[in-house]
Amino acid sequence: MTIFSSAFSRIGSLMAAGNPWGGGSSDGGKPSGGGSNGGGPSNPWQPSGSGGSDGRKSGSIEDLFRKGGSGGPGGGFSGLPKRPNGKSYIPWILVLVVLIWIGMTSIWRVDAREQGVVKFLGSYSRTVGPGINFTLPSPIETMEKVDTQAIREMPIGTPSADDENFVLTSDQNIIDMAYEVRWQIRDPEQYLFQLDSPEDAIRDAAESAMRAVIANFSLDDAIGPGRSDIEAQVRTRMQTILDDYGAGITVQGIAIRQSDPPQAVNEAFKEVNVAQQDAETAKNNARAYARQIIETAEGQTSRFDQVYEQYRLAPEVTRQRLYYETMERVLGKVDKTIVETGNVTPYLPLPELRRRAETAPEIVADEPQVVTGASR
Amino acid sequence: MNGRLANPMFLGVAAVVTLILVALSVSVVQETEQALILRYGEPVRKVNVYEPNEAFGTTGAGIAFRIPFVEQIQYIDKRVLNVQMERQEVLSTDKLRLQVDAFARFRITNPLQMYRSIRTEDALRTQLRTILGSSLRNELGKRSFATLLSPERGQVMENIQTALNVQARKYGAEIIDVRIKRADLPEGTPLESAFSRMRSERQQEATAIRAEGNKDAQVIRGQAEAESARIYAESYGKDPGFYDFYRAMQSYEQTFNRGDGEASVVLSPDSEYLRQFRGR
Repeated sequence: MTIFSSAFSRIGSLMAAGNPWGGGSSDGGKPSGGGSNGGGPSNPWQPSGSGGSDGRKSGSIEDLFRKGGSGGPGGGFSGLPKRPNGKSYIPWILVLVVLIWIGMTSIWRVDAREQGVVKFLGSYSRTVGPGINFTLPSPIETMEKVDTQAIREMPIGTPSADDENFVLTSDQNIIDMAYEVRWQIRDPEQYLFQLDSPEDAIRDAAESAMRAVIANFSLDDAIGPGRSDIEAQVRTRMQTILDDYGAGITVQGIAIRQSDPPQAVNEAFKEVNVAQQDAETAKNNARAYARQIIETAEGQTSRFDQVYEQYRLAPEVTRQRLYYETMERVLGKVDKTIVETGNVTPYLPLPELRRRAETAPEIVADEPQVVTGASR
Repeated sequence: MNGRLANPMFLGVAAVVTLILVALSVSVVQETEQALILRYGEPVRKVNVYEPNEAFGTTGAGIAFRIPFVEQIQYIDKRVLNVQMERQEVLSTDKLRLQVDAFARFRITNPLQMYRSIRTEDALRTQLRTILGSSLRNELGKRSFATLLSPERGQVMENIQTALNVQARKYGAEIIDVRIKRADLPEGTPLESAFSRMRSERQQEATAIRAEGNKDAQVIRGQAEAESARIYAESYGKDPGFYDFYRAMQSYEQTFNRGDGEASVVLSPDSEYLRQFRGR
């Protein structure tokens, strides 16, 4: 069934291209270039998009004769076998051809996502919804199916580095942009009859709107926080432009894929990031130092405060105790010499020098660093 | 005669001739087309000419009749058509060069006028492209570079559209829209100098950020030092005399207690420490 129906829609669309003998010499229309066709069995034969004088393919009856198609009336008079009663097969063959013809070009299956635009002798007649639909056979009525559900995507610029799409910002800087337009056919009649090339119109409108919008944004906004604003403004602008054309298209949204400084200045932009990191590092170090000296201060003063509390309770005794304890610790380790004042000439440094004179020969050999004892 | 009529051969030929005649005298004009019926090259009738605000299906599209061999039919697009202008280099008043891509959208509203004046859509396109290019250069050449980028550009485009419309009307066309698609600095020196300006701006910014970071760091350090001084003062200030004593003790310990007794102390028996030692 599916094979049958797809063959149906294929032949149907051949007919819709206006050439009743499908597969004639006219180029049968080109799949519309550019954007996606929305998938599904939508009709790849859009109205001839060339807009030039050569692009017309009407369902004119002239074509029947110019093409000298097969199976036309009056064809095939020779060399056909006769039926047993001597009558010709020809009338039957003709009837059969006509019946198949009518069947193929007047029954249409329109998908749930599609709408069918029916033209009666080239003039718009009606738009039909999904399901099985009937029209008059081909040269008289033709149908074009348009997918009105699909959200189509049109990429502009590429997010790669080697292909740059420059846009100027309000502060006369340059950014490299890539974005995507998502759009949908809102009104199939307008879409088919109003513009010679809807996709070109969308692309033009997008590029123009994007540049006009970016021209109001500074570089810093455009590459960062302004993105969603830009997307919204471009969408509105595009919609206005396309509505002015009567394009029958809804712009669903713009998605900026890339808005970066150009490759050529990227290093300088990275330098700013590095500088920000450096500044942050300097501040962190300062904060660490700050904590350290404040903690030290608090530690030392808290120690002092506690001792002072005790001292206040018994000042004299505490002071003496601290003095003696300290002196014990200090004098316990050092060489002490008690000298009566006045009657001795102290010769210095007695103990130290003597000790060194003894130990030096052995020590210098393997532990030189010990020798440097007094150099502090 | 009767035999003649019954002759299938004759019937067939008659049918074919009739069909050919019908085909030659009937044409289908599509919804997207306008048509002129020409008699020996001279337009005599118009079919499905564009009217503003007409609904599809109520237009003149459909069957058009003509006299075979005497009249020909000439189809002319009815849709909104576009003209893409090739890159123009525009010199702004402040001598900056700008490469501009523009496009126009137009519609042939008077096919008879168009056919008489210029014949084909392609010729019309070429003509419009030329006019668009020159009016762009004229209009944009009167402005400064900044204006070209600014929102004020809208006014410029309106002027261009008006100028273009005056010309287009001569050819039976109406300009619906003119827009600048791209406005770029030309490759080479202008682009490079813009880049180097961008670079130097960023370098400035980087330097400023670093300097500010250092300043902030110093401020943080200073505040901390002040704070610790305050903490010390608040605590030690309670009894400067005792602080002096206490800190001296700490200091002796710090200085003498390091190392392993390389220091020598010569004490006088009169020293405070040996007061009791002397037994006085």
